[in-house]
Amino acid sequence: MDITLPILILAIPIAMFLILGIGGVVMPRKVAGILGILGMGTCAVLAYTVAFTYFFSGAPEFISELGQRLQYQVFDVTWLAFTQSLVVKIGFLLDPISAMMLVVITTISFFVHLYSWGYMEHEPGFQRYYAFLNLFSFSMLGLVVATNIFQMYIFWELVGVSSYLLIGFFYKLPSAVSASKKAFIVTRFADLGFLIGILVLSYYTDTFNFQALTSNPELVMAECGGATFLGASVMTWAMVLIFMGGMGKSAMMPLHIWLPDAMEGPTPVSALIHAATMVVAGVYLVARMFPCYCQVPASMDFVGVVGAITAFYAAVVACCQVDIKRVLAFSTISQIAFMMVSLAVARDYVPVGEHWHAPGLGYMASMFHLFTHAMFKALLFLGAGCLIHAVHSNNYTAMGGLRKYMPITHWTFLIGCLAIAGIPPFSGFFSKDEMLAAMYQNSFFWGAWMSMVAGLTAFYMFRLYYLIFWWEENPHYEHHKPHDAPWQMSLPLIILALVSCVAGFIPFGEFVTYNGEPYHIHLEASVAITSVIIAVAAIALATWLYMKKNDRPAKMRAALPTLWEAAHRRFYWDEIYQFITHKIIFGIICQSIAWFDRHVIDATMDGFAKVTQKASFSIRGMQNGHIQAYVAWYFFGAIALAAFVWWCIL
Amino acid sequence: MFGNILIWFVIIPILMMAGLGVCRNSSMNAIRAVMTIGSTALMVLGIWLTVDFLGLRAAGEQAEMLYMGSWLWYAPLNIHLAVGVDGISVLMLLLSCVIVFAGTFASWKISPLPKNFFLWFCLLSTGVFGFFISIDMFTMFMFYEVALIPMYLLIGVWGTGRKEYSAMKLTLMLMGGSAFLMLGLLGIFWHSAPELQNCTWNILEISHNSQIDPSWQRMLFCFTFVGFGVLGAMFPFHTWSPDGHACAPTAVSMLHAGVLMKLGGYGCFRIAIFLLPQAANELAWVFIVLTGISIVYGAFSACVQTDLKYINAYSSVSHCGMVLFAILMLNTTAMTGAILQMLSHGLMTALFFALIGMIYGRTHTRDIRKMGGLMKIMPYLGVCYMIAGFASLGLPGLSGFVAEMTIFFGSFQDADMFHRVFVIAATCSIVITAVYILRVVGKLLLGPVQDEHHLALTDATWFERFSTVTLILCIAGIGCFPNWINETIQHSFQPIIAVIQAAAL
Repeated sequence: MDITLPILILAIPIAMFLILGIGGVVMPRKVAGILGILGMGTCAVLAYTVAFTYFFSGAPEFISELGQRLQYQVFDVTWLAFTQSLVVKIGFLLDPISAMMLVVITTISFFVHLYSWGYMEHEPGFQRYYAFLNLFSFSMLGLVVATNIFQMYIFWELVGVSSYLLIGFFYKLPSAVSASKKAFIVTRFADLGFLIGILVLSYYTDTFNFQALTSNPELVMAECGGATFLGASVMTWAMVLIFMGGMGKSAMMPLHIWLPDAMEGPTPVSALIHAATMVVAGVYLVARMFPCYCQVPASMDFVGVVGAITAFYAAVVACCQVDIKRVLAFSTISQIAFMMVSLAVARDYVPVGEHWHAPGLGYMASMFHLFTHAMFKALLFLGAGCLIHAVHSNNYTAMGGLRKYMPITHWTFLIGCLAIAGIPPFSGFFSKDEMLAAMYQNSFFWGAWMSMVAGLTAFYMFRLYYLIFWWEENPHYEHHKPHDAPWQMSLPLIILALVSCVAGFIPFGEFVTYNGEPYHIHLEASVAITSVIIAVAAIALATWLYMKKNDRPAKMRAALPTLWEAAHRRFYWDEIYQFITHKIIFGIICQSIAWFDRHVIDATMDGFAKVTQKASFSIRGMQNGHIQAYVAWYFFGAIALAAFVWWCIL
Repeated sequence: MFGNILIWFVIIPILMMAGLGVCRNSSMNAIRAVMTIGSTALMVLGIWLTVDFLGLRAAGEQAEMLYMGSWLWYAPLNIHLAVGVDGISVLMLLLSCVIVFAGTFASWKISPLPKNFFLWFCLLSTGVFGFFISIDMFTMFMFYEVALIPMYLLIGVWGTGRKEYSAMKLTLMLMGGSAFLMLGLLGIFWHSAPELQNCTWNILEISHNSQIDPSWQRMLFCFTFVGFGVLGAMFPFHTWSPDGHACAPTAVSMLHAGVLMKLGGYGCFRIAIFLLPQAANELAWVFIVLTGISIVYGAFSACVQTDLKYINAYSSVSHCGMVLFAILMLNTTAMTGAILQMLSHGLMTALFFALIGMIYGRTHTRDIRKMGGLMKIMPYLGVCYMIAGFASLGLPGLSGFVAEMTIFFGSFQDADMFHRVFVIAATCSIVITAVYILRVVGKLLLGPVQDEHHLALTDATWFERFSTVTLILCIAGIGCFPNWINETIQHSFQPIIAVIQAAAL
């Protein structure tokens, strides 16, 4: 394959970042906006071309004679050689999941560029905003096409910093500053685990390359022999630590605390980074290393357990939030955890034959859900952006009855809610059904647990929907009548809504499977019917509670005040972290080290100087300028010397 | 003698001093002209040397050191002015040229007594350049002292705050280190051959010929490593660094953190480890413990400081600890990482101190509690500060990342539990670094404006921009295209590693 297109896909965003970042000072905002949109548009077209070529050209480097899709390194150049074999390369890997991610990232990024033109129109620093968006797009594209785990780490850090810059875009607000700092430090802590994981993995396998790691995982994993540490094998540690990086970026418990705060950033940024692309990096990482995780069952169990707990936790918390962006944030956490569980249950190879499930169904389902979720969650966030734009508040208490005022937003938001709730024929239904099928296939427990989470999802999304668009009209509308957003903002909503309607019918199994062999998606009637019934029941409950203004929600809340308060305060995770970081790390460790440095180490050094000085002062009396004293000293000195010499001779 | 390119690194600063000698203190333009021409000439010379050196290596020149020259200086003790460079020294020279160049522009408006300031500044540069070109231990030591002494006056006269105290503290502590060092060097000299007539100060000759008795090696290793370690801000001999930096004028902080602290790291591997390899293998663990403490301790201390310069001084303790830590791992990758870290730390700390100087020159305070929202008022300086911060916390694409990763991956090659524990402790510093960098950025640059008076301040002037852009380009250059530097350093480490491995058997 020609390397021009892949290089351009990476080069255009970074070039735009430099042009807009450096030239932005003198550039009118219109020029910056048009440049950014055109650049990302071109990038999207190129990415589509590359993905299309990969999936449909049938070239021998992309698909084997047996119809198996292959991994293909378009290029791979040396960036830094640690040793002979440990060489960091920067390359471009094309395989089903990276081609899919290219499409997702460029699509959402393009829509966000377009949308921001309307949304950010009056904000100062418009050029800077577009520059950061391009930096993010560049980093994210580099992350998904990484040929080796170190390249992934490099771009992993870069998306982290882009996220920091964009969350803190309104840098004059202290809340935005602290949210961006929190996001960066929490993910950085997770990346420490990732780094140590890479250190361990690369030490034993002597390679960074994904193809080398995943093509023969049994051999690779056998390399480290039986080395163990604290009761677990070294490879388990490595894979769990690498997953820790994914937990940070994908906001899994207990490293999820940054994502809700990250909503301080501009809403289109939340749609791009904190809903559709960056936060799924953890899922992508596990998918990328999937054969390695399969070799280490304990680490896969860890992924599954973390995912299952997080999914449930986030869904419960989402039911009790007031800020609509935080509801969506917790919903994102829950959905990503869903994908994690789906990956974790995919490791068991079910014998093909009488059973119609392909092995690794959960892998395909997880990627499918990643794709559909990116579309409908971006849609929901962009819709939330329109709402916030219209009523100038993030809280649903400032909304209500908006369906009459903002019909486009209303209908597209409803489609997004139906998609995420898993109502056919919207896209979320299909992907969620595949995931649940994979979970039931693994064990009834996984399936039942995640079905419950799916039910909660439908409930909290419709709670949100009704409280925004139904309930009761807010009296403030009389002063300030809300209306639909301008076309730059509405157009992405409409297109994404259309995508969410039809994306479920994509025969995803033909494109993305764990081993590249195409797989025909079937709907399993029992799972599908059960999940639809659960979703409809949850929506019905939400309708009963929230459609018209009534006192039922208040009564419910009064019945369980502790639970409601705890869920509203996110089960006090932030307070716990606040205590550990501020009181223990800052207050005790740092302060005492700083004190020790000043009052012990430095004081000792000063002490030497003081002792020397004191000693000098105490003997300087001998040098007093009196001849008589000198003669006396001379006389006694001479006697002492003579006595010493005499003593020596004798 | 004058045909040797290396000698010119010493001659140019001396010529600059002569040029400054004829200027008057009041004629600022003449002083600036001399400094600009001189530092540009050094920069050109540094780049030319690098290109020429890489060309020679590419042409297959395999000698351990290139551009060798030796002139007898004091016959009774066999002292030579012996020069020669390998890839590491070339890069260190280039770094020094960049810092001197940037430092000149950063102190464009120094007062009072600009002429005297730049005279001492040039003397300091002479010492630094002389140190890196020398391969004769005595000459090296002499240049080392030449570089240290001007610090006293530069801080004592042009500094701020408790400048006399700090200048005295810095000089005395470094001189204490020198005393250890002198003992060590004399010991190496006397053990370099059986008879006094054949004793040599030449580093290459000693490493090739002499077999210093292991029991002596142990003692001399401690002397030399501690001697250079003091300059490298090794725990617990680092306390000169916060006070010294806090009181030093901008260009001196830049030069000191940027280059002078590198003399410590450079001396540690060029003399302590290269000449005393057996002791290095045996005793590395002692200093791994000390430097491991430096890394974490410096980072934690930096978290609670409120003075910008203290934060960066403690950050330097942490980062320079990383340099010595990696050197002690005694393998090619980690030691390469140490040199990369020296380059990276030199550039980014110089940038930090330049920016702090510029901010202090405007706000007249370095207390982060009294500042805030400066990004709005001086966006250029704010952006530069953020870039320096990102380099410090190891953002890919900037130099810090390359250096730290090379160190971590190199250090992880030592597979025993002791090394593993310390490497993992050292990796934790990347999180703590992020904490204190973002704390400063958040308080200093972002958020609402703290002090109404700051609203009237202006952004960077052209010479300030010039100074910072030079450093940022170098940082990004190393960060984006590290491999040529990496290969140059790795190649230069081969003879050193060979010696260490031979001694370990």
